[in-house]
Amino acid sequence: MRYILPILVVLLMVSCKEESKEITFTEVDYNGLEKVLNKQDNKTYVVNFWATWCAPCVKELPYFERINKQYKDKNVEVVLVSLDFPKHFDTKLKNFINEKQLQSELYALNDMDSNYWIPKVNKDWSGAIPATLIYNSKKREFFEQAFEYEELERTLNKFLK
Amino acid sequence: MKTTQKLLTLFVLVLTISAFTIKPKEGYKIGDIATDFKLENIDGSMVSLSDFNEAKGFIVTFTCNTCPYAVAYEDRIEALNKKYSSKGYPVIAIMPNNTDVKPGDNMEAMQKRAKEKGFTFPYLIDKGQKIYPQYGATKTPHVYVLQKTKKGNIVKYIGAIDDNFQDANAVKTRYVEDAVNALLSGNEIKVKETKAIGCTIKV
Repeated sequence: MRYILPILVVLLMVSCKEESKEITFTEVDYNGLEKVLNKQDNKTYVVNFWATWCAPCVKELPYFERINKQYKDKNVEVVLVSLDFPKHFDTKLKNFINEKQLQSELYALNDMDSNYWIPKVNKDWSGAIPATLIYNSKKREFFEQAFEYEELERTLNKFLK
Repeated sequence: MKTTQKLLTLFVLVLTISAFTIKPKEGYKIGDIATDFKLENIDGSMVSLSDFNEAKGFIVTFTCNTCPYAVAYEDRIEALNKKYSSKGYPVIAIMPNNTDVKPGDNMEAMQKRAKEKGFTFPYLIDKGQKIYPQYGATKTPHVYVLQKTKKGNIVKYIGAIDDNFQDANAVKTRYVEDAVNALLSGNEIKVKETKAIGCTIKV
């Protein structure tokens, strides 16, 4: 009988730990992000620019998460780059990614000089989000648009041929 | 007869090629003449650029209530109008979003926001969303500085207000102010186009 309480406590701790796995992100400036946008390996990278305040971005996030999960064994990696205001990184952004339990690789860009880095991501990007870069060693394309799941999958498959 | 036929073939060929090579127009470039408009203001009046007889030009700003980037710039847009409307470059703000998608940007909400913030510039609604595509605006905020000439209102600057959306006190370069100052003093604008993050215009 006297063992029950400790056992319960341990069980509770274990179950809590299971549920609230802390999701973290890496804060970078553009120099840090540039490496992520230009990896030279055999993988295909799907890099989505988003923010918690951007409704169409939030709507399409589950599609990117699904791609990340379903295409992992096909050498595809999804990278989510948050453009939230840096002052909201530790509050809104942190809460959001934990609430949604995002599994893709997460970055948060803290670089005010957008006129410098936006054209470096893609020369035709106006700066509107959502926006997505898909690249591998053979092909690189930028999409200033929102995606539906089927369209995203179809677009990605062109890179996997 | 044969010559006519040959000419006709040639004509069709030229037409076909040009149809494929001429890209659809994607908004204004520097030097283009910007269209005038007649859009509803928050006070119920209809506003056109041609109403401003004394103006030397305009700071046309596509903005809205609901985009955090636009909100971050509200006070700076108001400051621009305070500083430059008396010098002949008033701010003309245009809300381009579809209000069915973003009810927070409807006329009532615009009126409320303008009152709260004490906007002194016209805050117009692009009802029918016909104007912003002609300008080529893609996001809020998105600024076009126009200079009034005999030929029309010429696009002189396109882009961001300044180089720091988060902190007005940390701004290093005030793109719009620099552009308008250059126009007022008759100098060449150094930075004519800039890029900034913004919220997609909701269609």
